[in-house]
Amino acid sequence: MGVEMEEQNLEAALGDSVILTQLDKVIGWGRKYSFFLYPFITACCGMEFMSVAGPRYDLDRFGAALPRFSPRQADILFVVGTISHKQAPILVKVYNQMAEPKWVFAFGACVCSGGMYNNYSTVQGIDTILPVDIYVPGCPPRPEMVFDGLIKLQELVQNERSSKWPRGKAAYEPRVKR
Amino acid sequence: MAELREQVQRKFGDAVLTTHAEHGDQTVIIRKDAVLEVMRWMRDEPSMLFNFMMDLTAVDYKGIKPPVWRFEVVYHLYSLKHNHRIRVKVPVADDSPSIDSIVSIWKGADWFEREVWDMYGIAFKGHPNLKRILLYEEFEGHPLRKDYPIKKRQPLIGPDN
Repeated sequence: MGVEMEEQNLEAALGDSVILTQLDKVIGWGRKYSFFLYPFITACCGMEFMSVAGPRYDLDRFGAALPRFSPRQADILFVVGTISHKQAPILVKVYNQMAEPKWVFAFGACVCSGGMYNNYSTVQGIDTILPVDIYVPGCPPRPEMVFDGLIKLQELVQNERSSKWPRGKAAYEPRVKR
Repeated sequence: MAELREQVQRKFGDAVLTTHAEHGDQTVIIRKDAVLEVMRWMRDEPSMLFNFMMDLTAVDYKGIKPPVWRFEVVYHLYSLKHNHRIRVKVPVADDSPSIDSIVSIWKGADWFEREVWDMYGIAFKGHPNLKRILLYEEFEGHPLRKDYPIKKRQPLIGPDN
């Protein structure tokens, strides 16, 4: 409270031409409205992703419109659709190629937990191989759920401290080298 | 004209174990050692002309009573010329199951046979490139067999989830 009073007094004394804040807050504010997505789309949830990204629901309203098809240029890894064990090394490679800071958005029940595919071929949730920041279940999730998840991710990004980064590579290495 | 299944039975006699028809779907069940001969005849015989091999798959009957044989390889054939179709089933025994490849008759059978090898472990003798098609080379076993443990996981990566 005291600090805020001092800030206000200082801002007033400087004639409203200066805004005082914390560096982390400014960086977080800038990041949360300029996400570049990497759409890692493997299955039917992709249709719902197209819907939410298209003009009707318009992900661009939240500053998260531009899909980047190079992981080097992307901020959020949108994992959309069932991930099989055969795909898991590819997903991890894409994650590791993304520049930090980076976030992972688990879109749909299969990505969160394997969904209804409890079998020999399906990864039982990508959080077994990657750090996941936001889970949006649903088969597929409604666009409103995706927005809710994205807004929650924006809150998370706004309140992050720069000491969180870099987060480093995914914890797991492929057992089979190719 | 006699039904297709009757023509096949008349031609091959003992090689045909049995036939049946249901709602116009005709099925012949033939012996494994006659596959190549019967299939080639069915492709080339003017009254048959099955020039399109629509589907090739397998069934694991483990635990189904009575257990006469364990696997069946199932072929679905179609004739674009005559607009008729037939199902051919071939029983395959349990231990290291194998059957003659029909790639030399219909080239399109190539990937179907690889999938059956991948999922059921039925080897196709004479196949030009018999290796896994959907799963990875390091995978052990054949997951659509009834004795493949339902909870068994073989991840390339990450924990044993």
